[in-house]
Amino acid sequence: MDQQPAESVRASVEAVFREERGLLLASLVRRFGDLDLAEEVTSEAMEAAMIHWPVDGVPDKPGAWLLTTARRRAVDRLRRDKTYAARLAVLQVDASRAEQGEPADVSGGLPDDRLQLFFACAHPALHAEDRGALTLRCLAGFTTPEVARAFLVPVPTMAKRIVRAKKKIREARIPFRVPDVDELPQRLPGVLQVVYSIFTEGYAASSGPELQRLDLAEEAIRLARILRRLLPAEREIAGLLGLMLLIHARRDARTGPGGELVLLDDQDRGRWDRSMIEEGRSLVLVALSGESPGLYGVQAAIAALHDEAADVATTDWPQIVALYDVLFALTPSPIVALNRAVAIAMRDGPEAGLALLDEFTDEPLLRGYHPYRAARADLLSRLGRLPEAAAAYREALELAGTEPERAHLQRRLNAIDPETTCE
Amino acid sequence: MKYMLLINSGAIDAEGGAPGCTPEDWMTYDKSVRESGILVDSHSLADLVTATTVRVTAAGERLVTDGPFAETREVLGGYYVIDVPDLDTAIDWAARCPGSLDGGSVVVRPIADFEV
Repeated sequence: MDQQPAESVRASVEAVFREERGLLLASLVRRFGDLDLAEEVTSEAMEAAMIHWPVDGVPDKPGAWLLTTARRRAVDRLRRDKTYAARLAVLQVDASRAEQGEPADVSGGLPDDRLQLFFACAHPALHAEDRGALTLRCLAGFTTPEVARAFLVPVPTMAKRIVRAKKKIREARIPFRVPDVDELPQRLPGVLQVVYSIFTEGYAASSGPELQRLDLAEEAIRLARILRRLLPAEREIAGLLGLMLLIHARRDARTGPGGELVLLDDQDRGRWDRSMIEEGRSLVLVALSGESPGLYGVQAAIAALHDEAADVATTDWPQIVALYDVLFALTPSPIVALNRAVAIAMRDGPEAGLALLDEFTDEPLLRGYHPYRAARADLLSRLGRLPEAAAAYREALELAGTEPERAHLQRRLNAIDPETTCE
Repeated sequence: MKYMLLINSGAIDAEGGAPGCTPEDWMTYDKSVRESGILVDSHSLADLVTATTVRVTAAGERLVTDGPFAETREVLGGYYVIDVPDLDTAIDWAARCPGSLDGGSVVVRPIADFEV
């Protein structure tokens, strides 16, 4: 162990901690069956590392050092607090009644118990809005203020939500376990949904001045990579990871120099991340191999067709329409129907697309959904029906959430209706 | 860990039973709960028209009324208290209960433990 300057030690402690926190927490939850205790001693081990490593040097196996330290703190705490220990002892007896598999993987001196933590954080018995928050906190190593920033809510609100979720886990006794093989098809989609919601929150924040928060999107990709490693046979995980990579590959082309939104049609495709597209495409092949493709696999295949095309005109629209048909059969949602109609407009012309869109005028889910209004406006403008197009752009403007999206709609409106004074 | 499964029937048919499941379904379920050794307590409740509501005012006056009559479609029809290791196991038993079918629902409530 070499003596290192304090500054670089602090940086490496933080780097190790960021990387290993989820592993550490998962191991401790497995060992003690209690999330609060695991979180507390994880933090204490981190603080101990900050004190000892600058003096003694960074140990050879930092993860193992942190785990040993945290375990020792937990045992000390249980010795001091007999009531707490009694409660945990009951938990342990019950837990041993349930099947406990061996850790799936060993990396960096720490066993990988994170899968059980994923399933607990995304448990259907938790409030839907708490699942992403808990996943970011427990598995991505976010602090509560970081989670609050991720979901654009005040820190005290997020702190309350996390307390509420942890209370439910503790008092209703949501188990830390990986569902059995026959249960997995019902439970895995919930976990994937949480990861994808973190991604979409980062990709297009539903409100606020910043359209893309790339760190969140990258965190979701990192979480999906962990899941893929832990459950390599699950093709929908490949589909989800592929989908996110194929969308994320366009990140640099998606905003212009002034932070304005650039739609797929107008993006400089030379700025797309080719190696990310390649990785995404290989995952699509995995996701679509075998029978009955899943939701994420099909969406990834659609994203891949966009990413492979040199421009909008040469995009394989018939294939995209066919994939939307498959997707609609899997999930007959109005949003999928909207995207399918837009693809049909590209394949058969704006008239055909508009006819389909006008079938949804009474659809409650689309009425307040600005992409629906914007899609109608685009088709009307392509048909030269400019006054109607302008009206539809104004409707979309009233509904759009982020500044860049609003600016984009305003530009479209100005282009067809130069006299508009609408702000 | 003890959980109460509160069984709410959806629509009630003319005989006061939930449509879609037969007495045999209930007997099969009840037998499996008993035989698995998790049963703490269980009762079905008599028809809702037999119910009486009691309130006491701040002045100590008793207000006794007939009912309640269902304001919603869901009516509490019975309960099980079971002792199982965790919420997932309790959810499994709730899902197997005939009361969770056909518009009915089963609410899973952990029993509060004040001992520790």
